[in-house]
Amino acid sequence: MMGPTSGPRSEPPPGSRRPAPLPRGHGTVLVTGACGRLGKRVIRVLHRERSVVGVDRRPFPDKPKDVRHEQVDIRRKKLKDIFRAEPIEAVVHLGVLHDPRASQAEHHSWNVAGFQKLLEYVAQFDVPKLVVLSSANVYGPQPDNAQFLTEDAPLLGGARFGEIRDLIEVDMLAQGFFWKHPGTETVILRPVHILGSVHNAASNFLRLPTIPTLLGFDPMIQVINEVDVVRALRCALAPGKRGIYNVAGPDPLPLSHAIRILRRPSVPVPYTLGKAVLKRLWSFRLTTFPAPELDHIRYVCMVDDRRARAELAYKPEVPIDETVKSVDSEA
Amino acid sequence: MTSKLGEGFNARLGRVPLNLTATGVDPFGMDPQWTKYALASVALLHRHYFRTEVVGAENIPSSRVLLIANHSGQIPLDAALIGASLFMDVEPPRFMRAMVEKWTQTLPFVSLLFSRVGQVVGVPENAKHLLMNEEALLVFPEGIRGISKPFSKRYQLADFGLGFMRLAIETQTPIVPVAVVGGEEQYISLGNFDALAKLLRAPNIPILPQLLLPFGALPLPTRYRIYFGEPMRFGGDPDDDDAVIEEKVFVVKATIQSMLNRGLKTRKSVFF
Repeated sequence: MMGPTSGPRSEPPPGSRRPAPLPRGHGTVLVTGACGRLGKRVIRVLHRERSVVGVDRRPFPDKPKDVRHEQVDIRRKKLKDIFRAEPIEAVVHLGVLHDPRASQAEHHSWNVAGFQKLLEYVAQFDVPKLVVLSSANVYGPQPDNAQFLTEDAPLLGGARFGEIRDLIEVDMLAQGFFWKHPGTETVILRPVHILGSVHNAASNFLRLPTIPTLLGFDPMIQVINEVDVVRALRCALAPGKRGIYNVAGPDPLPLSHAIRILRRPSVPVPYTLGKAVLKRLWSFRLTTFPAPELDHIRYVCMVDDRRARAELAYKPEVPIDETVKSVDSEA
Repeated sequence: MTSKLGEGFNARLGRVPLNLTATGVDPFGMDPQWTKYALASVALLHRHYFRTEVVGAENIPSSRVLLIANHSGQIPLDAALIGASLFMDVEPPRFMRAMVEKWTQTLPFVSLLFSRVGQVVGVPENAKHLLMNEEALLVFPEGIRGISKPFSKRYQLADFGLGFMRLAIETQTPIVPVAVVGGEEQYISLGNFDALAKLLRAPNIPILPQLLLPFGALPLPTRYRIYFGEPMRFGGDPDDDDAVIEEKVFVVKATIQSMLNRGLKTRKSVFF
């Protein structure tokens, strides 16, 4: 999966660029959260087709040569200079901070204040396209969830799990932006649990040497391979697409089947015990899973992705076995 | 276990229309393996414990259908027995789907079992989804009010919810009225412990004197009689006012009540 050697590109030398209006769908894309594992993947795909600017406060040492990387904090003024320097045709916002250990204040300022800044510039510079990666977790696992939630389902993920509130706020801000700025095609993607080399809660959970489950619970889950998420992002970048889309991977499966595919041992733990132990471990900083996340292995939180399939022409391609096993792949 | 149920049991299993994903369950989590064992045990109850008599099995269409039944008996054995008749007595055999209380999803093992044998959480979106997949869906419009009736109110239908009618009109699904006779006598309930139920966050806790007897936890071996009525079709606007929908619901309710009354009149004994 290495590919910095992009094909021959017939581009004018850097000095003379600027006006040459490219056809829609080929202009520069700005990607936030460029140095996350998903961000890198997105950039490696996008830079083959169009010019890409990566933004992240982390460095991007092994970036493809034709990608410009700006090591800035999206809350800083410097972000504006990037918009000013060259016309940006699309913004892909992946830069949502998910570190469960970061303080609430830091989380909120990064995720919400940072995103607001970004929206401000998208509006000010009339960027024609904005794609925001939200998550199906905004709906939250609930005992009375419909088996397949549609995009109009209420975002109740924060009811029991405070740490997801930022993400809900980002999703809502993007929805507000969608209505207030019809000149920008805003797309909000809500993918199910992303699996792969990414370091999110779902992948980390399935990477545990022995996977704990809740005694007497085995909810149906939906997972999606990171490659399919990139595919969905590409579909969303196509001109003319706008709206909110749930994005699911291959067919749903019970959690126990996913564990069986991985051939890992699992231990069933009674819910009350599991919760108490996890709380204790959390307070001793021995786990990265906050206790309320247990609801994800207790109740369903699945989405109906028919709208994305019909309107974005998105279709997952990685089969279920490969999707689940991808948590063990590196790079 | 399946040998006692006659040659047909396994052959019938093979003829059930299914809609499975790559991992061998359906999108709602129904696993045909689990369902097979659940059905086999319920079928034993159906044939040998309750000796169920089924009338009107030919009234069940082979495509999408809403089964609307009276609810009785403190524990939902009526649902299990209707499910067993749909598999054992109806042609082609069907795996019945039913809607369960949201509360059951919070119970370990119960939620798992319900999901694996095809029971889904009782929200309208799920019902619609199942009917669009041409499933047979059982609904008890009385809900918890029906199953927790005290003995003095037996076979008197409680208020019907209106949701099923809107669903039937919207998805153009025929309604088959179902009357279950025999369930009300399996547990004699004198009333409900409301305060205790509230404390335990359970929908209700019946007062059952028979629990004090040896083996009293078992339901009494009454004889069940299940009557399937002729399919009823309703048109109109699913989003109509409650008053309009109520009239249509009343037609169904009256049909089931008269089927119940007829069933009670023809029955010679509760146990035989």
